[in-house]
Amino acid sequence: MSEAQSQDERVRTRNPLQVALSRPSAGAIIATVIALLVFTWPLWECLGDPQACTARGFLTPRGISNWMEVAAQVGILAAAVTLLMIGGEFDLSVGSMIGAAGMVLALAMSEYALDPWLAAALAFAFALAIGFLNGWLVTRTGLPSFIVTLGMLFLLRGATIGITRLLTDRTQVGGLREITDGDIFVQFFAGDVIIGDYSLAASVFWWILVTAVAWWILTRTTFGNWIFGTGGNATAARNVGVPVRGVKIALFMTTAASAALLACIQVFTVASADVLRGEQKELEAIAASVIGGTLLTGGYGSPIGAFFGALMLGMTKVGIPLAGIPAEWYFAVLGIVLLVGVLLSNFVRRRGTGVRS
Amino acid sequence: MTTATQPTAGAAARPEAPLIEARALTKYFGSVIAIQDISLEVHAGEVVCLLGDNGAGKSTLIKTLSGVHPPDSGEIVLSGETVKLASPRDALHRGIATVYQDLAMCPLMSVSRNFFLGSEPTKGWGPFKRFDNDAADRISREEMHRMGIDLRDTSQAVGTLSGGERQSVAIARAVHFGAKVVILDEPTSALGVKEAAIVLRYVVAAQARGLGIILITHNVNHAYPVGERFVILDRGKQIGTFDKEELPKDELLKLMGGGAELDKLSHELEEYAAEVEQQVAGGGAGNGAGTPAA
Repeated sequence: MSEAQSQDERVRTRNPLQVALSRPSAGAIIATVIALLVFTWPLWECLGDPQACTARGFLTPRGISNWMEVAAQVGILAAAVTLLMIGGEFDLSVGSMIGAAGMVLALAMSEYALDPWLAAALAFAFALAIGFLNGWLVTRTGLPSFIVTLGMLFLLRGATIGITRLLTDRTQVGGLREITDGDIFVQFFAGDVIIGDYSLAASVFWWILVTAVAWWILTRTTFGNWIFGTGGNATAARNVGVPVRGVKIALFMTTAASAALLACIQVFTVASADVLRGEQKELEAIAASVIGGTLLTGGYGSPIGAFFGALMLGMTKVGIPLAGIPAEWYFAVLGIVLLVGVLLSNFVRRRGTGVRS
Repeated sequence: MTTATQPTAGAAARPEAPLIEARALTKYFGSVIAIQDISLEVHAGEVVCLLGDNGAGKSTLIKTLSGVHPPDSGEIVLSGETVKLASPRDALHRGIATVYQDLAMCPLMSVSRNFFLGSEPTKGWGPFKRFDNDAADRISREEMHRMGIDLRDTSQAVGTLSGGERQSVAIARAVHFGAKVVILDEPTSALGVKEAAIVLRYVVAAQARGLGIILITHNVNHAYPVGERFVILDRGKQIGTFDKEELPKDELLKLMGGGAELDKLSHELEEYAAEVEQQVAGGGAGNGAGTPAA
């Protein structure tokens, strides 16, 4: 507390814990720590027997790279989805967009023999156009973005399957290895970064980068203030000159671009594309955002929170089979974590910010 | 500028043209006459109170003055220049700021972020141009201070402020961004006595800084201490405009229709209370066992 400000007797000094808890990301960080403790729990038991620990594998270099990569897949989307949700809208079409953009990328390379970078540029252009369309429809028609993007979810998925069938007679495009192998551009998406014993996928760095950029934009730029304003009170924002429509359209384009980025990472990594890629990813991204403290009603949230939300989901997804629990329980656990997380962050926010309703 | 109209007889007495002047404004909504032939003027450093009961046309009048509704007839004159207000934004650019009852703010955003929403100060250049948090904090704190509000912490969410404080942020913001006329729509209606007093103090502070203020209220007790002139509306028509000197408070109450109504109401309430008392006395003896001791 600085001298000048703490002079004011009306300001109560809050203890640092309370201040920390008032951040939107607090709930997700706590949840991440809990997940870490739960899944490394056998560590205590097997301290005397390192062999057993390695078998469990949660905290081994391989285990860590594993759940970091899984978390990155959700996290790249979640960072963009968080910005959109703070701006007061929803995008259910990101999952379908992963499949669609991935197919655009793969078909451009296999059917039309484009260079990987050109194919990737095409995939991004496609995603940005669809994102623009989403935003334009939502802001022009005034329909809830939930409905508009739900329509786009089905439309994109159906059209991706249909067009891929028409062009290739199949629902998968494989054998891209010959095209992508040795291409430096591809390495930016599919390469591994080796640090000591750890080998981290490029996606992990993309995840960190995207989160950092989202955080910078939101908290340090004028546009970030507009995002908060647009989601917090669109009428008020419009009255003071914020281009609310433009902000929303830009945010829809951002989420679509994040899906295209993930599509590039996936296609380049496994050297194939599948029309069903990315199913339910939109829901996981929303879950990560919400666990990260972002409000469904807009105007409040944090990309840092979404980062930890995604990290926690990644840990859970990998940790559950490692703990010997059948993998199908992941969604059940996800559901519980989501509910508890939202209740927790609601409680924490009310206590922390002291906002009067 | 060249089309400046001749000052009317009323304004001629003053050295300067009023900041804002409404001349015979009329607005219809379909077959409904919302306001008819309303005229008022506000000079720099003056508080004009717009009084009237619900449905008197206060809201329609201020929405017309702030560019939301174009008037069906009559004109709006700003510092001697007849203008057509295209939108609230246009009105704002011309120096008319309206602080609405349902405050145009984002409750979960900090005071300083709200203060500068839409007009953010930046530092740096090119891709590194960024929101200048420090400047936003400093300026909003200073502006609030000049209004006589010592803000505790500009990084606190607007939602944590009381209703009166939120009003003050909105007023300070309007002033900072160059408003010459501030229209306050029922700023005290949802507030307790103490809070209302605080807001009225800000009104006086803004007035002292040379702004013209239109204060809309249906509470004579709030209007009378700060107002210099009172425009009274009833059912869309202007009952009259009165200077404070020529109008004692009781008179004002009566004019608003409030005085007579209140007399009647208090009479009715007394009768009702007596009736209830009788019933309780009579009924209580009858089924006294039914209810536990009240």
